[in-house]
Amino acid sequence: MSGAAEGDDNGKTAVCARTMTVFIIRRLLQSLGVLLATSVIVFLGVFAIGNPADILIAADATQAERQAAIVALGLDRPLVEQYWIFLTNALQGDLGRSFVFNQPAIGLILARLPATLELAFIALLIALIAGIPLGLIAGLKPQSLVDETIMTGSILGFSLPNFWQGMMLIMIFSVWLGWLPAGGRGDTTQFLGVTTSLLNWDGIAHLILPATNLALFNLALVIRLTRTGVREIMPLDFIKFARAKGLTERRIVLVHVLKNIMIPVVTVVGMEFGSIIAFAVVTETIFSWPGIGKLLIDSIMLLDRPVVVSYLLVVVFMFIVINLLVDIAYSLLDPRIRLRDAQ
Amino acid sequence: MSTITIDDLQTHFDTPAGVIRAVDGVSFSVERGEILGLVGESGSGKSITGFSVIGLVEPPGHVAGGRILFQGEDLIGRSDREMRALRGKKIAMIFQDPMMTLNPVLTIETQMVEAVRAHDRVGRTEARRRAVEALGLVGIPSPDERLSAYPHQFSGGMRQRVAIAIALLHRPDLIIADEPTTALDVTIQSQILSEIQKVSQNFGMSLIWISHDLGVVASLAHEVAVMYAGRIVEAGPVDTVLDHPAHPYTIGLLRSIPANLDRGEALQAIPGMAPSPLHRPSGCPFRLRCFAATAICETEPAESRNGDHRWRCFHPQNEARP
Amino acid sequence: MNALPTRWRLSPDSTLSRAIDGIITSPKAAIGAVVTILLVLVAVFGPWLAPQNPYDLGAIDFFDARLPPLSPSMNGSIYLLGTDGQGRDMLSAMIYGLRTSIAVGLLAGIVALVVGTALGLVAAYVGGRVDALVMRLVDLMLGLPAILVALMLLALLGQGVWKVILALVLVQWAQFARAVRAAALVERNKEYVEAAVSLGLSRPRILFGHMLPNCLPPIIVVGTLQVASAISAEATLSFLGIGLPITEPSLGLLIANGYKVLLSGQYWISVYPGLLLLVLVFSINVVGDRLREVFNPRFLGR
Repeated sequence: MSGAAEGDDNGKTAVCARTMTVFIIRRLLQSLGVLLATSVIVFLGVFAIGNPADILIAADATQAERQAAIVALGLDRPLVEQYWIFLTNALQGDLGRSFVFNQPAIGLILARLPATLELAFIALLIALIAGIPLGLIAGLKPQSLVDETIMTGSILGFSLPNFWQGMMLIMIFSVWLGWLPAGGRGDTTQFLGVTTSLLNWDGIAHLILPATNLALFNLALVIRLTRTGVREIMPLDFIKFARAKGLTERRIVLVHVLKNIMIPVVTVVGMEFGSIIAFAVVTETIFSWPGIGKLLIDSIMLLDRPVVVSYLLVVVFMFIVINLLVDIAYSLLDPRIRLRDAQ
Repeated sequence: MSTITIDDLQTHFDTPAGVIRAVDGVSFSVERGEILGLVGESGSGKSITGFSVIGLVEPPGHVAGGRILFQGEDLIGRSDREMRALRGKKIAMIFQDPMMTLNPVLTIETQMVEAVRAHDRVGRTEARRRAVEALGLVGIPSPDERLSAYPHQFSGGMRQRVAIAIALLHRPDLIIADEPTTALDVTIQSQILSEIQKVSQNFGMSLIWISHDLGVVASLAHEVAVMYAGRIVEAGPVDTVLDHPAHPYTIGLLRSIPANLDRGEALQAIPGMAPSPLHRPSGCPFRLRCFAATAICETEPAESRNGDHRWRCFHPQNEARP
Repeated sequence: MNALPTRWRLSPDSTLSRAIDGIITSPKAAIGAVVTILLVLVAVFGPWLAPQNPYDLGAIDFFDARLPPLSPSMNGSIYLLGTDGQGRDMLSAMIYGLRTSIAVGLLAGIVALVVGTALGLVAAYVGGRVDALVMRLVDLMLGLPAILVALMLLALLGQGVWKVILALVLVQWAQFARAVRAAALVERNKEYVEAAVSLGLSRPRILFGHMLPNCLPPIIVVGTLQVASAISAEATLSFLGIGLPITEPSLGLLIANGYKVLLSGQYWISVYPGLLLLVLVFSINVVGDRLREVFNPRFLGR
């Protein structure tokens, strides 16, 4: 710590903005590095291991077609040259054509991506909106019946097999009660160039069950995180000091405690967003939601490898972006981090 | 009417291992504008006494008996709502570690403005103005800029000044300071001490200064009370107690302060350790470490006094006679 | 505090006794442990307990297909939980499915435990570049969603029991490695390691004979939770159709079979295997959660 003179102040607003820019640039470069490394791994996985011809050329092609494709794909060239072709093609957005749909694979993925993202975001919202209050309640009354119930409920939440739970939701709400549709996306509307299900009742009705299904394991995580956070913050001195100032318990919890908890919660949940995208594979399959998850499973089943490769790269790219956003959010939320980078 | 009069305060902790009488019959009074130094080792119950006054004793602790008369009204049994109205407004508290006292993720402004608005219905601008004024009072330069800073951007001494400023926002009648300078450098310590002294004189505040450091108390307080094992063993005007200490424990404390001795003279630590709060010896709790203890000390010593000077001992030293 | 009779009493400080004590003193965990043990016993003695062998084509009757629970069979006995699309008794299919689920989950968990623990110990002890490399790998593995990695792997490798186990191990070893490494780092600085080194003991002996026993708590906690996670993951993979082949059906596959007829109201084919899976995973998780509380040094403000 500074043995500096009284009144030492090592942070000013101008410095803050500058360090933020430096920070972002640094992370962007790192991310670029990771993307490059991933591209190498994917390339090696697809082009070098096993017989790339089998992976990239439709299984039912004739000998002549295969030979032509091999030359066209450059599979008879040295590995490094192949990687270069792969990379340049990838950068131009060309990741091969789907065997099944005979369209550029990347186009298929990007067309379905918004549906998955919409589902994922709503699921995340549900997890946060339901999870944080429940975790707060559990944390504020430790060892009580409420606490035990919520915590056991959270264990149940991450023990429930995702797919079975989805099926049960369909069974209860669609088959028996008939309240909600059993699958599909329903009507969508265009808003600012984005297709969304949120602006009409039919779309929302179709969204509820799959989003809830996807939210569940994250909900359990948020509850536990929040509860742990509350238990850690409450005994600290600044809470006592806040009471000594005469603040209401309500303000103490909602402002002092919550702001401190948000940091770990947001960080972990942000990283878990990747898991949500991954689990969307299951949810979309069960609810026939037209997103990239369903596309992935179908493609794996149908051996449509270019689509699988495209999925991989797009998803990895998304993860990198998410990680970057989480880091930025983290440094925004915790003022101590911002200035440490400045020094 | 004194600002605060504590009468036979009992604060107990119910633990699975037994009842801990952290505060075991403490009585004292602080007048308007007076500074009382409450001195003792860790575990003596001095901090709990402070928390008991402001009503922040946490379960399994609870005030089990006695009276806390604040401006004539007993605080014990008051509802939480009533206590909350007092806290920060009439009775303020300053803690030991300023880093942990201020919420690290909120700005100073937020934490000061909320303290103002907890008790007064004023707008943000007015609250902010009062915050700036308070920061100025404790000697923080360019207070207006400092408001938007976060706690970790301040040095330790500055943070403690902020905590003091917060305590002063409503010009409380009583400030309880729980070892506020223990975590600070010695030079900063003396600065803070003089600030506090000045402020308390200017505003006529009563101050209970809790410390384990007799030296600090000597330079600051009007009255001193020495605590041991949950009880006050000696109390009186600071000069009387320090120049003519009656209780062997006080003498022991004085002897173990380096500043009190001439160069080359040996430091004398008090032999033994403070008793575990669960297993206090019967009678006088200090008797197992006391150089003057005899058989009679196995019974409870009553309080004796000589004017303002009082003590609980069968063998008062330095010709202290009741 | 140890609730067992004196002659069974282990040293109260030993990890095992703390674990058992922790479970016994929590009603939730105790029930979870009992249920888990029961289910394991059912799995072990499955072939003797099941009313029929669902994979013996001679024993099943196609005409009994899709009967709801408590229906009588052609030969007079009652199908307690109904039959599936092939006429198999659900109860028997579930018992056999349970066997497979537990076997695969346990095996994957144990192999991941061994691999992860070894790597974690070595990384902590050797330090330097080896440690940095292992940690980077661990960070990478833990950053990627498990399901995705398993999916990709199986998409590349194809189906098969051992491939599934391999995929699960790959996805799970990192949890062990990280936890064990953290514990081992603490142990490495303790005096008994210094003493062992000065006695000239070989590295493997120090690692596995001395440090390992003190790293047991995280291994037990992570192990329990990971077995549950492996069982769950395998079920998901089987459901998606890229897990175990249909010759070795687990509960996941049973549920998948029932998925197609769910909408027509024949719920029992999916619901009961799902419930069984839920009870199994939940019980193990409750025990694991309790163990985590017991062994967590940050036992604050509980």
